Amino acid sequence: MPTSALDREHDVRRILAQYKDRPGPLLEVLHAVQGAFGFIPPEVIGPIAEGLNLSRAEVHGVVTFYHYFRSTPPGRHVLKLCRAESCQAMGADALAAHAEARLGVSLHGSTPDGRFSLEPVYCLGLCACSPAVLLDGEPHGRVTPQRLDALLAQADSGAGGDE
Amino acid sequence: MTTIYVPGDSGARALGAEAVCGAIGREAAARHLDLTVVRNGSRGAYWLEPLVEVEGPHGRLAYGPVRAADVPGLFAAGWLEGGAHRLALGAFESLPWFCGQQRLTFQRVGRTDPCSVADYGANGGYAGLRRALSMDPADIVEQITRSGLRGRGGAAFPTGIKWKTVLGQPPGQKYITCNADEGDSGTFSDRMLMEGDPLSLIEGMSIAGIAVGATQGYIYLRAEYPHAGRTLNRAIAAAYAGGYLGSDVLGSGRRFELEVRLGAGAYICGEETSMLESLEGRRGEVRVRPPLPAVKGLFGCPTVVNNVITLATVPLILARGAEFYAGFGTGKSRGTLPLQLAGNIKRGGLIERAFGLTLRELLYEYGGGSASGRPIRAVQIGGPLGAYVPAAQFDLPIDYEALAASGAMLGHGGIVAFDDTVDMARMARYAMHFCAVESCGKCTPCRIGSTRGVELLDRILAGRGGEHALERLEELCELMLQGSLCGLGGMTPFPVQSALKHFRDDFSAHAQH
Ligand SMILES: Cc1cc2nc3c(=O)[nH]c(=O)nc-3n(C[C@H](O)[C@H](O)[C@H](O)COP(=O)(O)O)c2cc1C
Ligand code: SF4
Ligand code: FES
Repeated sequence: MPTSALDREHDVRRILAQYKDRPGPLLEVLHAVQGAFGFIPPEVIGPIAEGLNLSRAEVHGVVTFYHYFRSTPPGRHVLKLCRAESCQAMGADALAAHAEARLGVSLHGSTPDGRFSLEPVYCLGLCACSPAVLLDGEPHGRVTPQRLDALLAQADSGAGGDE
Repeated sequence: MTTIYVPGDSGARALGAEAVCGAIGREAAARHLDLTVVRNGSRGAYWLEPLVEVEGPHGRLAYGPVRAADVPGLFAAGWLEGGAHRLALGAFESLPWFCGQQRLTFQRVGRTDPCSVADYGANGGYAGLRRALSMDPADIVEQITRSGLRGRGGAAFPTGIKWKTVLGQPPGQKYITCNADEGDSGTFSDRMLMEGDPLSLIEGMSIAGIAVGATQGYIYLRAEYPHAGRTLNRAIAAAYAGGYLGSDVLGSGRRFELEVRLGAGAYICGEETSMLESLEGRRGEVRVRPPLPAVKGLFGCPTVVNNVITLATVPLILARGAEFYAGFGTGKSRGTLPLQLAGNIKRGGLIERAFGLTLRELLYEYGGGSASGRPIRAVQIGGPLGAYVPAAQFDLPIDYEALAASGAMLGHGGIVAFDDTVDMARMARYAMHFCAVESCGKCTPCRIGSTRGVELLDRILAGRGGEHALERLEELCELMLQGSLCGLGGMTPFPVQSALKHFRDDFSAHAQH
């Protein structure tokens, strides 16, 4: 759902009004903005800086410091693959290679048709169910390449759920 | 009346608990059965998840691992009346894996309804808070000191001493902050506790506030834990509604307010001063100490920073007394530790035991050996900055001092097993890579050193390291160890050095090609 610049401006003003008087509000504002748009559009940095009495450089510096905040729109589905040790011990490297080959993108990338984004994460707290992934925010454990294919196909066809 | 417990824990969800819950609802409706479904936390036996428990006149019986497709058969077998089925496990608390554990901090996790203050109160909750409200603040702090409780976030600093410093600061704005960043790979006890018994964390933070004179608390939660965030917010709302939080805690006239703040995917924000920067809405760059956070922390005010498990253990200490808690454990490691067993292991999960059991007991008696059936070659203890321990040292007891003496560290209590297919040179490269990705950039040995480390290890792995490559790697480790401002740069050498020390052949294997 493409959002017009006007809608965005309106949303940002609403978010700023909600958070600006709270202590240390910038991260909360950025979370709300990313929650609304799926990413932090570069053109909202200025209004956020103004609204919170910060410099644009400060806001930009915070956006780029944190891995979670993104400056470009994500694909329709976001697959986050755990790359950390417990998952490595259970085949996460092979799973990542499989995901890259199957989607035709590398980690940090999105498919040209905008259907999938592939991102590395470092531990999801699902280490007793390694290897683990998050697909559109839903956790999945003990993911084999076959299971990943099924999950991706399910997401692509619009069906939710598990098993 | 029959109650069915289907864990809402993220780990159980990752193994299909939502689908199982849906199937139970459909089957119950088709059979016109009136069931109460409780979304409890996980018991921590992840190889049995989704683990469903049925509570009725016959007691509370467990079934697992249950798939959605098993549900009609379970109803047909009469599981509501304790009927026989191939997935039946009997009473969960009688399983040998469980009954040898000493669950103190995790006493309610997996048993109760996580966000119900009534269930919480009926199972020992709020006894600690009530007692604290009748005590002098200095006596509360004294109880915590005498219990021997040390910070479970990794540094193992005595909690009572930290609180005493904050209590000793002049009255005024002070804060209680909970470090729920749980960035260490192989660890998930904070997540399980927040999803399974969030009210114990909330109670612990209220007690801390009353003890040191703080009226505002923040839980700094990592963004990777959205489900824990939802559970915490529901529990906080329930605690406010019940009068356990707010301007007049339990009618005592004392105020304690609490909210959740989200991190944004930066490992370094688990370091306490970086966490405070992040809570203030800035880049999570590490602060130079002194001043200590206890003196000048959040927004420049005296601040308690404690891990989730540390704070969630506080109510029990107040309720049962310092001596009760200190009665568990060994040496200077008092009490219990919720250990997290992960990686290549048959029975991964959460095991809470008094300090002092050996790695071997944990890996083989609880863990059942590797998942692959191959020999366990090494374990990494204490997250991505923790040392690799070879099989020859599996008789080491799990306590802070014993592990430190052998060059390892217990950290947050996560233990990741690797079988004999692991290439330790690759794991060393990963340690450097992780440090490069997560460095806050403030000091050169960490920022530049880790990148050099990756390059050097890439050459070693490609067999192009040259004659003195391993010596250069050792020098680099020494430099990072000595010259880094915080533990990320300062401890990344631990996994690398331990790999070099115990598994040197893995590095030279690449050189021969
Ligand atoms: C790089 C780094 C990462 C850390 N990550 C965490 C973390 O995720 N959670 C945590 O509780 N402590 C973490 N710590 C330890 C904290 O700095 C601090 O010691 C702890 O939160 C204090 O609470 P405790 O005394 O209850 O353990 C980390 C330390 C370092 C150096
Ligand atoms: S050691 Fe690394 S993470 Fe720590 S302060 Fe220095 S640059 Fe930042
Ligand atoms: S290491 Fe992958 S979920 Fe923890």
